[in-house]
Amino acid sequence: MTILEFSLLVCGSSLIAGLVGALTGLGGGVVLVPLLSLLFKVDIRYAIGASLVSVIATSSGAAAAYVKEGFSNIRIGMFLEIATTSGALLGANLAARVSTHAIAIVFGVVLLFSAYFSRKPRSQADREVPPDPLATGLRLNGSFPDADGPRSYNVQHVPTGWALMFGAGALSGLLGIGSGAIKVLAMDQAMKIPFKVSTTTSNFMIGVTAAASAGVYLNRGYIDPGLVMPVMLGVLSGSLLGARILIKVHTKWLRLGFSLVIVLLAIEMLYNGLSGRI
Amino acid sequence: MLPKRSWSDQKIENILGNLLRAGVLLSALVVLVGGVIYLLRYGQSPVDLRAFRGEPSDLRSVGGILRDAIALRGRGIIQLGLLFLIATPVARVAFSIFGFAEEHDRMYVVVASIVLLVLAYSFIGSTWS
Repeated sequence: MTILEFSLLVCGSSLIAGLVGALTGLGGGVVLVPLLSLLFKVDIRYAIGASLVSVIATSSGAAAAYVKEGFSNIRIGMFLEIATTSGALLGANLAARVSTHAIAIVFGVVLLFSAYFSRKPRSQADREVPPDPLATGLRLNGSFPDADGPRSYNVQHVPTGWALMFGAGALSGLLGIGSGAIKVLAMDQAMKIPFKVSTTTSNFMIGVTAAASAGVYLNRGYIDPGLVMPVMLGVLSGSLLGARILIKVHTKWLRLGFSLVIVLLAIEMLYNGLSGRI
Repeated sequence: MLPKRSWSDQKIENILGNLLRAGVLLSALVVLVGGVIYLLRYGQSPVDLRAFRGEPSDLRSVGGILRDAIALRGRGIIQLGLLFLIATPVARVAFSIFGFAEEHDRMYVVVASIVLLVLAYSFIGSTWS
């Protein structure tokens, strides 16, 4: 295959990944690495580097739209970014030390988790929790615009959330993914932050987390311009397109289909990792 | 909460939103230009990404990337675009420090500074040569 053909094919596939990722809210990053390493036979380290860079592009692009709506909480985001960026540094340095088989196996497990998470019903919209002294001291409690004026909320279990965020950052650095699902889990489930605030704040944090790993990746030679160029441009156009048609499509079947694809990719990654093919 | 503070928060968030959008657009444009140059030159060569060799040293450091980009090498220009992209969230954190300072929120000036330090460590610690 020539570089031109390869670039066009990779760009097209990345566009679809970005589009479906945006439509389903699962993010395209999680399928990029399996796609590149299983289908295009790219070394998993190059695939991880390309995926990480695309994650920065899509999250920054989406966050630009979200911050203006006033849902994301910049204090929660900034405070938890200490955890995610430190975790990412650890993960990115770990990526250079563990074998590619191990990375493929961890990736398979994370894919299975993402598929499970995407099928899980969203948490209840109305829950009242009492203020937590630590969260109050850190000024994490906030409010968001609702149908009938601003609604305020309290944040709980700050240490648990912080620890989960460190883990999310480490996985992001190790696998080159945004790990948005774990970030949302930490905020929505552990810290009891409203779902819409959790998802938008998570998106806001993904770019900063990924930027912390990007320096390490660049230095280790994981970022191949010839591969990142079609991947990044494809995913970015796909996700921008997805954000525009988001309202018009019925996403239930799309989510189900995408979860099935993720499960298949997970099995394939686990098989390749365990048999030493990756 | 004081109404003044939430107004200021909203203003900061608007500026942040524009900053992020501009950064992503700029980087995508530079990557596209570099990509066209790269494909015009190497489009007909065979692909070789099956085995990991790591990038050549000039594409791993900020200094090397700048030299390659100024020499109008496709791969160097793409890498420069990617540097802009990586710099976008970093600029966002740097800007938040000013935003929090403007609101006299000392605690969050410190929090944002710690995040910026971690990012700087990841970058300057490993790639500036």
